Amino acid sequence: MDDSDDLIDELLRIGARYGDAPAEVLPTRPDVIIVRAGSVVVKAHAPGAAEAPLVERMRAVAHPALRGIMLEPLTEEVTVVHGRLVTVWPAGVPVDHRDPDAAPWEASARLLARLHAVPARELPSLPAAGGPARVAATVARLDGDSAAERVVRRALACLPSLDAGPGSPAHGDWHMGQLVRLPGGWILIDVDDLGIGDPAWDLARPAAWFAAGLLEPEVWHRFLGAYRAAGGLAAGAGADPWERLDLPAQAMTVQLTAAAVATAKREGRPLDEVEQVLIDTCQRIVQLRSACHSVPTQ
Amino acid sequence: MQCPKCRGAMRTYERNGVHIDQCDGCRGIFLDYGELETLTRMESQWSQSHAAPPPPPPPPVHGAPAWGAPHHGGHYGHHRQRSWVGMLFST
Repeated sequence: MDDSDDLIDELLRIGARYGDAPAEVLPTRPDVIIVRAGSVVVKAHAPGAAEAPLVERMRAVAHPALRGIMLEPLTEEVTVVHGRLVTVWPAGVPVDHRDPDAAPWEASARLLARLHAVPARELPSLPAAGGPARVAATVARLDGDSAAERVVRRALACLPSLDAGPGSPAHGDWHMGQLVRLPGGWILIDVDDLGIGDPAWDLARPAAWFAAGLLEPEVWHRFLGAYRAAGGLAAGAGADPWERLDLPAQAMTVQLTAAAVATAKREGRPLDEVEQVLIDTCQRIVQLRSACHSVPTQ
Repeated sequence: MQCPKCRGAMRTYERNGVHIDQCDGCRGIFLDYGELETLTRMESQWSQSHAAPPPPPPPPVHGAPAWGAPHHGGHYGHHRQRSWVGMLFST
């Protein structure tokens, strides 16, 4: 048995201890392991994840100020199993991947608005929210020199600094895989990037999808309308949300494109229609930020 | 002209192109041929312009960024495309 088998065995044992049904491994992203035992899930966080920030984040989601907004763990405890950080959670029902049209856009928007409105001083101290740091890291993983990779690097070089100033509580990595349904309704999951940051980054994915022409305008307006109606301020209070959203959405477009190009390359296939749409959007970002035309692409 | 009802004297008024004969005695009104139709037509025009329910307000439009896809350039036929669903649901 190798280390990963040992790790999974131990996760299954933890699941059996907390859970109420036989434990099984659930499919998820490659750097994370999720074991489910009935109404309980056990998560092995990504290799190399730092313990101190996760401990702070666990304390925050166990705090009453985030109750009903972010999933509360069964225990605040972070254990280390074969070198991996492990946490234990109630199980919920994820959004159905086979029916993206039925995704809970309004419920998501309202949860994000509530999260952003929680006064940071009411929560235990939190690290910086994820978001800006992932953009450059995703682009840096591109290792080739194809036309698509050059466009992505050039678009990143066009963007001004992404250093976020002080902000509010923010999820840090929001997308439709980041909520589950419990008997009480939808709730946000995944503490890994929770922190203090510019909440506009939590709207950056749908904003980028809308700008690229991938997300129907009607869905985007439903999402943004529900967010604002629930008091969310990350898109500003004025008529033009793009004053606040422009930079996070452009940066997210660059990140999504870098990830898409890497996926196509790993699978040894040309870019599909959706991926090409992202490349075209990166090209428009480059054109619009004309100051970067002189920036070298290497 | 005499009122056909009370034999009082009838006075002629002109209101928006419609001749009206009104009796000074019983206040009854006599319309010439075609004038009832003219009044009906004018009434329906008035109610169309005044009494019709207001059109529903347009949906909120938050605009699109300058670097966004050209108008009507959406690629919404991609709904079952694996890469779109993957992007919607993953980091």
